[in-house]
Amino acid sequence: MTVEELQIKILKALEQNHRITAKTLATMFGVTEEEILQTISAMEEAKVILGYVTLIDWEKTGHNNHVTAIIDVQVTPQRDVGFDTIAERISRFPEVKGVYLVSGGYDLSITVEGTTLKQVAFFVSEKLATLENVKSTVTHFVLKKYKQDGIIFNDGKKDHRLVVSP
Amino acid sequence: MSRPFVKKSLAELPPSGIRKFFDLASAMDGVISLGVGEPDFDTPWHIREAGVYSLEKGFTNYTTNCGLEELRREICLYLGQKFGLDYDYSSEILVTVGASEAIDLALRAVLETGEEVIIPEPSFVAYKPCTIMAGGSCRTVPTREEDHFKLSPAALEEAITPRSKVLLLSYPNNPTGAVMTKAELLQLARLVQQHDLLVIADEIYSELTYAEPHVSFAALPGMKERTVLINGFSKAFAMTGWRIGYAAAPAELIAAMTKIHQYTIMCAPIMGQMAAIEALKNGAAQMEMMREQYNGRRSLIVNGLRQIGLPCFEPGGAFYVFPSIKATGLSSQQFCEMLLKEEKVAVVPGDAFGHCGEGHIRCSYASSVEQISTALERMDRFMQRLARRSRKKTATVFKP
Ligand SMILES: Cc1ncc(COP(=O)(O)O)c(C=O)c1O
Repeated sequence: MTVEELQIKILKALEQNHRITAKTLATMFGVTEEEILQTISAMEEAKVILGYVTLIDWEKTGHNNHVTAIIDVQVTPQRDVGFDTIAERISRFPEVKGVYLVSGGYDLSITVEGTTLKQVAFFVSEKLATLENVKSTVTHFVLKKYKQDGIIFNDGKKDHRLVVSP
Repeated sequence: MSRPFVKKSLAELPPSGIRKFFDLASAMDGVISLGVGEPDFDTPWHIREAGVYSLEKGFTNYTTNCGLEELRREICLYLGQKFGLDYDYSSEILVTVGASEAIDLALRAVLETGEEVIIPEPSFVAYKPCTIMAGGSCRTVPTREEDHFKLSPAALEEAITPRSKVLLLSYPNNPTGAVMTKAELLQLARLVQQHDLLVIADEIYSELTYAEPHVSFAALPGMKERTVLINGFSKAFAMTGWRIGYAAAPAELIAAMTKIHQYTIMCAPIMGQMAAIEALKNGAAQMEMMREQYNGRRSLIVNGLRQIGLPCFEPGGAFYVFPSIKATGLSSQQFCEMLLKEEKVAVVPGDAFGHCGEGHIRCSYASSVEQISTALERMDRFMQRLARRSRKKTATVFKP
């Protein structure tokens, strides 16, 4: 197995579950735990692995003070840099959780998170809409989450199989 | 007192060796099961959707005995693309209630009383009872771990008698995970020809091979005329509960099997057939995904079992490993019962698949990586405890 092959195998496994242990990965791919840990570190340093996030259903906790909005933004592209400068600027705001350049009727699709509706609305009107080169914004507040990052909320998935079968 | 109503031959048929274990394991809580012979994935959503849609559109009726024409056409296309086979959808395909029904039909259609079916073991639990219920007699051939549980030409030749009619071949194999290469199959084909045998090829795991693509027995020169090819949707498309399988064979054999099918079953359920059409048309990508997952788990469980002192050869197909437990000195049944009681891990004793499976256990890796990892940890603990116990015993024996 080449280094690249091992890297891809590790990435695919981590993408499904980043809490899988180095020991399990080592057994799976027939290499040592050290090799796994080193390969992962190297990929973290190279920013191939950017981070590990946890998907939480805040609705199920007593702390449901999360408001999410998806915002369509039209911007004026700038000479030489196109959309990059403005997109990077928007990305710097901690309230902004996602920024994508998209095709279609507007240019950037961004997701914003806050604790109250008011806070998010304030962010849009005061910080986002006022940026130079931002032509317009359309804000969609998220009312209910059904699926995110490939995971279904309230899936209720159970193993219905018989415990032993031929 | 009334006379016995159940006929003698059936009363004498032993129950499946899996049954007892099922009862034991089902009565316990917190069991991690590596004893399951079906995919842990749900049927891919687009296939389920097609089933639901067919119901909504009112497809709730019988189909022709041999199955929906569109499904049979798709099956022929698939067999052509995958294995280079050329079957006629109108006369050479029969859609059945799972591969299980196809196995039963094939045996019932061809066996005269007392004619022999050669069954390499360890094997799927249904072959022997179905042979007996069809009036045939079983001639089992043990395969060996040293040969990676392949059927050797020598062993086959030795098993053949003047009464032999059928060779039942099942690769990739349940419970061993063994596969056979084209070259190896060609050697068997020569003997099949020479002794004028019919082959029932249960290739239900044909999509689940991890090194080389599966070679269908029917695709070997001269073999299509003497093969009943059996396959289905249960394993490849995670569709066990839909109960759709099929047989592909020369028209004369399909006609005979259809006779039994039309009077006993009528037809396979229509919503399952509709879903199966969708599986063949658009199921390749999801199937690849599942195969890739199985493959990762396969290395995890093979390496993991070896590390804890349970040697196993690397299975090339299906989703089973068949490690040897001979070093523990326990029988398969003892090992499995103790493992279940002490560590709540369910695996299946190898002798459930034939005598020569004794000394082995079947572990299925149709389970998540997390489950397999936990099961391996528990089995490791179990193996260490066994080793300590046997050291103690030896120590007492050798006390001066
Ligand atoms: C070797 C073999 N053949 C046939 C079957 C039955 O498959 P189906 O669900 O299509 O009846 C199984 C299921 O476990 C199997 O392992």
